[in-house]
Amino acid sequence: MIAAETKKKNTSADAFNVEGHLKSSGYSGALSSTSGAATIKKPLSFKRKAYINTMTILMWICAMVTCALVVFILAYVLYKGIPNISWNFVSTSPSYLSGNIGILPDILNTVYIVLASLIIVLPLGVGAAVYLTEYSTNKKLAGIIEYAAETLSGIPSIIYGLVGMLCFCQFMGLKTSLMAGALTLVIMNLPTIMRTAQESLKTVPQSYREGAFGLGAGKWRVIRTVVLPNCIDGIITGCILATGRIIGESAALLFTAGFAHALNGVVKGLQSAGATLTVALYVYAKEQGEFGVAFGIAAILVILTLILNVAARLVGAYFKKKRA
Amino acid sequence: MNRHKLETVVHGIFLIMGLITIACVLLITIYLVIAGIPAIREIGIVDFLFGEEWASTAAEPKFGILPFILTSIYGTAGAMLIGVPIGFMTAVFTAKVAPFKVRMIIEEAVSLLAGIPSVVYGLVGMLVLVPGIRELFDIPDGASLFAAIIVLAIMTLPSIINVSLTALEAVPKEYEEASLALGATEIETYFRVSVPAAKSGIAAAVVLGVGRAIGEAMAVMMVSGNAPNMPSLFESVRFLTTAVASEMSYSSGLQRQALFSIALVLFMFIMMINAALNFLMKRDKEN
Repeated sequence: MIAAETKKKNTSADAFNVEGHLKSSGYSGALSSTSGAATIKKPLSFKRKAYINTMTILMWICAMVTCALVVFILAYVLYKGIPNISWNFVSTSPSYLSGNIGILPDILNTVYIVLASLIIVLPLGVGAAVYLTEYSTNKKLAGIIEYAAETLSGIPSIIYGLVGMLCFCQFMGLKTSLMAGALTLVIMNLPTIMRTAQESLKTVPQSYREGAFGLGAGKWRVIRTVVLPNCIDGIITGCILATGRIIGESAALLFTAGFAHALNGVVKGLQSAGATLTVALYVYAKEQGEFGVAFGIAAILVILTLILNVAARLVGAYFKKKRA
Repeated sequence: MNRHKLETVVHGIFLIMGLITIACVLLITIYLVIAGIPAIREIGIVDFLFGEEWASTAAEPKFGILPFILTSIYGTAGAMLIGVPIGFMTAVFTAKVAPFKVRMIIEEAVSLLAGIPSVVYGLVGMLVLVPGIRELFDIPDGASLFAAIIVLAIMTLPSIINVSLTALEAVPKEYEEASLALGATEIETYFRVSVPAAKSGIAAAVVLGVGRAIGEAMAVMMVSGNAPNMPSLFESVRFLTTAVASEMSYSSGLQRQALFSIALVLFMFIMMINAALNFLMKRDKEN
């Protein structure tokens, strides 16, 4: 009973307090509401504020995760790999007798396969791009060619490896050799070269062609002297991209180029089996458990990736400046 | 007259170069079909596709690839579950919110991520992820579907980010300005106006990621353990791609033919994904 009474007293006191508070703040409240009307700014509802904040935070987190992943992978590979790289490591062949592990043959194989693939794929890819942008009048055929290129770029490398093995190694009798590997990579990189060449062919102004035609040049002459020299940047960019893909490729080479570590010259090297750096990395890590060697190769691969990235950027910037 | 002849010849040469891409696609299709059909015929298509056991070297060999098919599907779905939200958010951030310098850093990071060879992902996964999973979940071997999912999620990030970034950039400025003028804040505008306007492109990004994930072989081979089990998150599993890669070097006879049939199944999946991708890209262009 007494408790209830005191409670009542309290609440009435509270009510009084609130009323007093309202009275004292009423004036300023009216003032703030008028100033709000002047700028027509309604505060965002709690729901909208929560939505905006969550999305902003999520976006920052995701972008940071992406960057952190890159930094971690690069740092980890370099930290683990660089101590394993020595002059002996990159300049000798592996020998079971002395237990020495060197990756010179693998480096050379990679260089051979990159060169052989590029020499074949460049004319094919650029030629296809020239056909599509300069010659093709049949829209249907052009559509089919572009669809074919898109299909090629979506096919996984392991399937290229199988078909390369069936077609080049067995049917064409190249056996397991770097040449068979290079031919497989030619098919794989055809769409890359084609697309970059096509993009840059499109940027050559139509007036250049018209000017040359007006002077009486034939179509081939126009292409040779006006169009192709003006799309050299696209071709170089395509080469850099293709080089990156070839260096990084492994599944397509496993069954076409094999995994021998013999030291050969260019001609003999292309005819015989050999592991590129990536295939060698796979074999050392998965089959032989030589993780130190694998990390050494991985560090070299990562450094090459960095260099190619910078090169692509520089080439792009250089030609953009030249054009402007 | 002579010049006319030259022009015709050159035209012909370029036409042939253009046709080579079509020839390559036909070559791959024909080779895979010819090499893949015999084993399917011998095993029976139902037993092959829906058989739950793969024992290619047993005395009484069994060639059921359902475990591989399901592993590939689950693995890809899992990778998308992790990769798509991260990639999508990063793309929106990079396209719309990030200051110029931050944007440059992210673009550089993404292009590096795309450039790192898959065996390097496999190696890092093998030595960081696999032992990590083993200790974190207290299981005997960390080489599992879960490890493969994480590696695939990371490897598909660049495709997802790059393609959705391009789609988001192509959204007309007027859409966003109209939304801002109606009182939406910037963040609301990006997610409720820009993203729906770019949805075909973003869908294409996801499909491209699916294609990359389902086709990846080497990195997955190094972290997934490679036992032909039915898929389970913390068990050693084998994908369609790794099934081909792991037995090819020592296979013979029907086993070898069955491997080609697996490749044919994988190829069918990829062709379907390509068709979907092409459809979405076209619709994005039309918009």
